[in-house]
Amino acid sequence: MLRFLLPVGIFGLLVVVFFIGLGKDPTLVPSPLVGKPAPEFTLPLLDDSSRTLSRQDLIGKTSLVNIWGTWCGGCRQEHDTLLKLARDSGIPIFGINWKDDPQLAREWLKVLGNPYAAVGVDADGRVAIDWGVYGAPETFLIGPDGTVLYKHIAPMTLGVWREKFLPRIAAAAGAGE
Amino acid sequence: MRALFPAWARVAALLPVLVLMVALIPAPGLAMDPDPALADPAQQQLYERLTSEVRCLVCQNQTIGDSSAPLAADLRHEIRQMIEAGRSEAEIKTFLLDRYGDFVLYRPRFMPATALLWLAPVLLLLIGGFGLRRIIQRRAALPVPTDDEDGPPAAT
Repeated sequence: MLRFLLPVGIFGLLVVVFFIGLGKDPTLVPSPLVGKPAPEFTLPLLDDSSRTLSRQDLIGKTSLVNIWGTWCGGCRQEHDTLLKLARDSGIPIFGINWKDDPQLAREWLKVLGNPYAAVGVDADGRVAIDWGVYGAPETFLIGPDGTVLYKHIAPMTLGVWREKFLPRIAAAAGAGE
Repeated sequence: MRALFPAWARVAALLPVLVLMVALIPAPGLAMDPDPALADPAQQQLYERLTSEVRCLVCQNQTIGDSSAPLAADLRHEIRQMIEAGRSEAEIKTFLLDRYGDFVLYRPRFMPATALLWLAPVLLLLIGGFGLRRIIQRRAALPVPTDDEDGPPAAT
């Protein structure tokens, strides 16, 4: 009986393991930055290169850091969601314009609307490497103390916002009081 | 069952298949790197080793040495600069691991989460060895078939 049951059992186990594996998206790589301090950076602002956006600007308030570019289709897809969040959530969104043409980026914001509290220009992608960015759009949730609380890879949606971001924002606010 | 063709004919028939299989082995990744080699041969060697071991997260089945993705170029550039600045292989790997996580290395570090991955070949070999031993022991206990017939002994 064991001769028969053992292979069937092993086969069944493999089916379960592989079936679970099928449901996972291998392109989503968990960020080692979560739970750690956000990386140091200083970038010139998109609309005024004499001023900068730096890590210091993220301290003191829960914020989002959104990596985007005009070449990125997913960024166009999430743009309306970002506009809505900027309007309704009360949480500032800081943009990092990743390896983009600044002129196109300025036009993009003029035509589509600007959800960002400030946009830093990462022309050569050095800052993006420090943030472990590998595919725009990526959105980081930064706590008031500058800790990375969460990273979302792929366009932001209201569903993701409700399920992944809001609970962490509430937890961070609770811990800070 | 009686073979229709002699053994040598069957081997000869396989030859074209073998040749085809060898021909289809992919050529080792043609490097996408347009930059000139580093001045120091030891540094160039380290550079080649690292770029052939770091995964390009944009196109996950390629190393950054093979990938033409912009991020791969950026990371090659970053690694080149770190090597030129005299950073060690371990330092550069730590730099990448801190930013992109363990998935970035094609050869993952040995740690609790990867222990099974690393030990699986040994475990499978052991399991197979034990299975083989049991089969041999069981067969050894069987009576030896009498050799009065031509051809292989009948299955028992």
